[in-house]
Amino acid sequence: MSQTMDVARAKKRPVIHPLVVRITHWVNAFAMICMILSGWAIYNASPIFDFTFPRGITLGGWLGGALAWHFAALWLLVVNGLVYLVYGFASGHFRHDLLPVTPASVWRDFRAALTFKLEHRLGAYNAVQKLLYIVVLLLGVGVVISGLAIWKPVQLDYIAALLGGYDNARIVHFLMMSGLVGFIVVHLALVALVPSTLLPMITGRGKLHSETGA
Amino acid sequence: MSTLPTRKAASKLIEFRPAIQKLERRLFLRQALSIGALSMLAGCDLTDDEPDAIDRVLWAMSRWNDKVQAALFDPNKLAPTYLESAITNPFPFNAFYSEARTPLVDGSTFKLEVSGLVADKTPWTLEKLRALPQTTQVTRHICVEGWSAIGKWGGTPFRTFLERVGADMRAKYVGFKCADKYYSSIDMATALHPQTILALDYGDKELPPKYGYPMKLRVPTKLGFKNPKLIAEIFVTNDYPGGYWEDQGYNWFSGS
Repeated sequence: MSQTMDVARAKKRPVIHPLVVRITHWVNAFAMICMILSGWAIYNASPIFDFTFPRGITLGGWLGGALAWHFAALWLLVVNGLVYLVYGFASGHFRHDLLPVTPASVWRDFRAALTFKLEHRLGAYNAVQKLLYIVVLLLGVGVVISGLAIWKPVQLDYIAALLGGYDNARIVHFLMMSGLVGFIVVHLALVALVPSTLLPMITGRGKLHSETGA
Repeated sequence: MSTLPTRKAASKLIEFRPAIQKLERRLFLRQALSIGALSMLAGCDLTDDEPDAIDRVLWAMSRWNDKVQAALFDPNKLAPTYLESAITNPFPFNAFYSEARTPLVDGSTFKLEVSGLVADKTPWTLEKLRALPQTTQVTRHICVEGWSAIGKWGGTPFRTFLERVGADMRAKYVGFKCADKYYSSIDMATALHPQTILALDYGDKELPPKYGYPMKLRVPTKLGFKNPKLIAEIFVTNDYPGGYWEDQGYNWFSGS
């Protein structure tokens, strides 16, 4: 009897995010925050644009500390990211959950979202989400590659050349970071709007029946 | 008898273990994600005399990054060179003091000291250094702060100098002591790189004091702070010599 109850429970609260996705998500969140906040402190040492980041929201204190953080968290970010990418391709996670995404479906879901007609179904991404996740994955890869160009403009000079030289690679790195920060802002705002999405990223399971008002 | 209550308590605890574990997990997650934890981390900046656990991790990662960079370093890979029209003018002054405080070295009495694992420790006059084969390069100087500038340096290939003093090429480090109390060190592989030069000229003129008179090590495969100026002594060693900034937390290898 308890078995049938378990089955019923599992049906009602199926696994939405597999363990690998949950672990890599939170490790990535920690590594990304370290990278971004220490990156802001590094930026402040020689600003590209006409502004600096308030010291209180940076990590590392002085430039040497910020660089130490950046180049330590880098390994966490890259190793964790590789685990996620290998899993995403090997398990079919990318193929099943992020594809297909067509311009027409993105436009349809985008309009529906703006008029609050878009239903949130736990475990299934709408087209706008799919596009955003694909873009943020590409930004994540891009921010690492542009970072490599800045770190090794001689040994990996072909990457710097591809990005228009060392100085330009810094701008590309900054813009990719800005895109990621933009994603994080939207991501957190949507979690705040639909809080029921938070628990499945921690426990893995979520209610399947649609009772969300968002 | 006295063990009884404890055992009872223990059996009670076992009943609650799943709940406690769940709570611990939740508390841990909250702590790990709170801004409070982040501001705690922000105090870790390598500057403490008694480094805490996170500072020690940061130092260990920096040593690991030294190894990775040494492995990535290709002794034959040349830094990009530029046309003279690309030279940054004026080339920025950079040191841990202001330009006005640059020490003035008297070139007529100056002698470069050579020590450590070398066969010939005879000091070098500037005339003797100028008599060595000379080369020039137009390369990009990249500062640890992020800015970069292109300059032209002339001098003797550092490999030639090391050969002339009979340096032990299997030694790990070449260290530099400077007239402005600056000091630094580089790995032997970089010291022998074809573009590493003991620069006596900036542009087509003798190095001015602000750019490091009487001589500067020009290393286009490393960050700017690994290019010591006002060099007074060069030594070859197997004992890690550190550096002015390196000892405070800048990554030692700092290769480009």
